[in-house]
Amino acid sequence: MKLWIAKQRYLADFTLASLARRKTKNLGLLLVFSLLVFVLASVMLFTSALRHEATQVLASSPEVILQRMVAGRHDLIPPGYIERIGRIRGVQKTAGRLWGYYYDPVVKANYTFLGLTEDAPASGRIKVGNGLARYRGVQAGNVLSFRSYSGKLFSFTVDAVLPADSELISADLVLLAEADFRAFFDYPAAHWTDITLSVANPQEVRTVAQKLANALPDSRPILRDEVLRTYQSIFDWREGIVLALLSAAILAFAILAWDKASGLSAEEKREIGILKAIGWETGDVIRMKLWEGLLISLTAFLAGYIAAYVHVFHFSAALFEPVLKGWAVLYPRFTLAPVIDGLQIATLFFFTVLPYAVAVLVPIWRASVTDPDAVMRA
Amino acid sequence: MLAAAAPFAAQLIRHWNIASGSELQLRLERRTYLFSTLTAVVFAAQILALLLTVFNADHMAVMFVGAMCAVGTLNANAWGFPMLYGQIAVFFLAAAWLTLNHVDNQAPDYPLVRVKYVLLIALLPVVAAVGWLQLRYFLNLRADVITSCCGSLFSNDSQTLASEASGMEAKPAILLFYGTLGFAIFANALHAGLKQRWTGAFAALASVAGFIAAMIGILSFISLYVYEHPHHHCPFCLLKPEYGYQGYLLYLPLFAATAAGIGAGILQPFVRHPSLTGPATATASRLAVFAMMGFALFATIATVMVLHSNLILLGA
Amino acid sequence: MIELTDIHKAFNEGQPNEYWALRGIDLNIAAGQVTALSGPSGSGKTTLLTLLGCLSRPTRGRVRLKAQDVSGLPERFLTDIRRQTFGFVFQQFNLIRGLSALDNVMLPAYPLGLPHRELRDKAEAQLAALDLGHRRDARVEWLSGGEQQRVAIARALINSPEVVIADEPTANLDTALSKQFMTILERLLDEGRTVLLTSHDPLVVESAVVATVVRLRDGKLVEAQMLFQPAIIALLLASLLSAWRCLPPQPLSPRN
Ligand SMILES: Nc1ncnc2c1ncn2[C@@H]1O[C@H](COP(=O)(O)OP(=O)(O)OP(=O)(O)O)[C@@H](O)[C@H]1O
Ligand SMILES: [Mg+2]
Repeated sequence: MKLWIAKQRYLADFTLASLARRKTKNLGLLLVFSLLVFVLASVMLFTSALRHEATQVLASSPEVILQRMVAGRHDLIPPGYIERIGRIRGVQKTAGRLWGYYYDPVVKANYTFLGLTEDAPASGRIKVGNGLARYRGVQAGNVLSFRSYSGKLFSFTVDAVLPADSELISADLVLLAEADFRAFFDYPAAHWTDITLSVANPQEVRTVAQKLANALPDSRPILRDEVLRTYQSIFDWREGIVLALLSAAILAFAILAWDKASGLSAEEKREIGILKAIGWETGDVIRMKLWEGLLISLTAFLAGYIAAYVHVFHFSAALFEPVLKGWAVLYPRFTLAPVIDGLQIATLFFFTVLPYAVAVLVPIWRASVTDPDAVMRA
Repeated sequence: MLAAAAPFAAQLIRHWNIASGSELQLRLERRTYLFSTLTAVVFAAQILALLLTVFNADHMAVMFVGAMCAVGTLNANAWGFPMLYGQIAVFFLAAAWLTLNHVDNQAPDYPLVRVKYVLLIALLPVVAAVGWLQLRYFLNLRADVITSCCGSLFSNDSQTLASEASGMEAKPAILLFYGTLGFAIFANALHAGLKQRWTGAFAALASVAGFIAAMIGILSFISLYVYEHPHHHCPFCLLKPEYGYQGYLLYLPLFAATAAGIGAGILQPFVRHPSLTGPATATASRLAVFAMMGFALFATIATVMVLHSNLILLGA
Repeated sequence: MIELTDIHKAFNEGQPNEYWALRGIDLNIAAGQVTALSGPSGSGKTTLLTLLGCLSRPTRGRVRLKAQDVSGLPERFLTDIRRQTFGFVFQQFNLIRGLSALDNVMLPAYPLGLPHRELRDKAEAQLAALDLGHRRDARVEWLSGGEQQRVAIARALINSPEVVIADEPTANLDTALSKQFMTILERLLDEGRTVLLTSHDPLVVESAVVATVVRLRDGKLVEAQMLFQPAIIALLLASLLSAWRCLPPQPLSPRN
């Protein structure tokens, strides 16, 4: 075992030296490889971070949301509706929710206003999301004015700016008291936007939804798990498409690697011939070459992955901005919470390093079986 | 890629003649390097693929109604579990082949070349079948299917192999677990000591039995202790961060030990061969020692996990 | 020490350009001597040398190394034997460019996995013995031809081989350096090594260090008894007589 390790050390040493001697040739390959890993890793990190955010947001959201439908469209919940639900077994809490969109002509962006019944800011005070605060240049304690849809001007004191750990969702949020919300939007009294129900036991969610649909035929229950699943499949689907597109790139890369590996320079061939003549075994040469591949691919993998990490989490995936910008004006400069998971790294490894290894295997073998007596005849 | 290699392997079987100094023989000999490297890569890829399958299944669990972990996802259609079993089989087969190859390479006349390449060709359909299962599995995934998850699959009233295993009462399961593992350790130790042909075969059989008993043990009681939940029998959740990746501690020595034990057995038919006696005997006994230590390590880790748990299954 | 029986070697066997480079060679190489292979270009000297040095395998025939039959051994084992028994000095030296002299000397020992310190000491000792201690960190392409050859010799000796094999060792050297090489040869002999070399160079072939000269032509040995066949003896006598008349007397060497 010790002998084996010593042997591998010598082989790795030699490989390092020979890589250093052929910098330019290997640099190109390294660069392409890193770039490939970078793009793939960026996509993966980005979608998984989005997925993570969505899961986090949904984790604190109620299990069931009930909307009322009129003519197939989402409508306000009229007074007395909540009472008609009555008590359903398994439902811990039923509450109305108030929310709406507000277009701010000053920065040409949409905000989400959320009227709170519990833990609400005092009357005349609001909490705002990070993106909004940045765009309007406000801090806690400042006064912020909005002209309501009815033309009246409302001024609110900013109580606090919401923490930034999940900025993607809360960036455009304005939290205010129920009364303020109704006054601002001229919201009809005792009406709600939708109803939330919290269900403790996940097994019962479907039964509850069934009962709701039976009791209130004009309503539409939305299950959190459904939303989560939809989100996941949307993200996975997007990721899948991008990755499918990139698989062509992986293939191209494998071909490049094959080509590089089989196009050994005369100098390299001579070296292998010498090594074999002076007592290296075919297996030693293969192992030496595998070390070379391993060093190149690991370096490229690390470099690409780290670059992607920095790109996604420190530069907010700036390169993807053009693709995603349609979401909202407030989108730029949100920072995603860094998430890394083993599966992702393993998958990425599987789809980059393995094709590389397979692609260079045959050329490596071909180079290593040169006749040991070939150098005598040069 | 292995399929592309098949004709070459066939040629090797037909034309191999170690005594000849012809260029064809030289080419064939050189080709063996390619095959062994190739199989080693397949073997490594299989380890990675096995991990990925389980991980990925776990990850996709949220997409299937009723699935909470990998079990649910694998159960989303009929191909999931056969695929997993197939992958495990390929893992052990590749390990066995590499063992043979390692020993054969130590004998100057390569006595096992034909055997090895017949086996390699025999391995091809297995690998192809696993690939086919994988394809079937992923193409047949439908997100709206309601699958059963560890809760129902490993609960006592369903009739699958896995449920038979997990439905076992804790007490007999614990007895079986320690009994068989002890037997496997003993058999491997015996072989390491006596180095006889029958002890080698015995060690391999005991290792396979040990593997099965270990899986039953994990399903029926170790997982319960780890999760501290009397009805959670899942073998995969152990690998999750929530449980501190404890699964790796269990599976790594278990798989390595089983592969080594099988390797010790697979060498036995060939120890009679004059040029192999030395290397095969040495390798087999080394593998047996390794398997013995692996099983012992596995049993110790499992015991520590059980003792550390707050769950009480066996009322005193 | 090395025994060849009925050695044949074919290139491109079974193809239209099939070529038999060696055709039935029987030869015994004695240990502890310098044996030189000589003959015209293309006569198969290098080919024979690769067979003797376990660099390749005969198409037919037997090679016995210290009574062990190595002709049927696969490359994996042949390499092992080669590494332990033979050291090679090539005509072009064949050093690896970009590496230092010391690294080049250490290369053949890499697959053995010796402790690094030990290997380094050994390599430095070899270089110092060939007066190259001061050049050990220089890259080999900066060395002069003679220095390069000495690095190549040091490399051949790193695994302490019993046999040193050199193909045309003096072809790239001038007379002074060739003479220096001959002194190194003597040193190798003193150390009890066997040396096999090929050469066209009379300086080598006729040197007193060389104990046996094996002559080749068209892949066959130019057999010794052939020299005593009547026609050849007559020819030899005739030329000797004419030489006797023109030149001052010279001692007849006992070789051939
Ligand atoms: N790989 C090969 N393929 C085909 N023919 C070969 C090969 N190697 C050598 N030969 C042929 O075998 C014959 C003997 O070659 P070898 O190199 O042994 O000659 P040599 O005596 O060393 O000649 P020189 O004095 O020029 O070095 C030559 O005719 C050569 O062309
Ligand atoms: Mg020559």
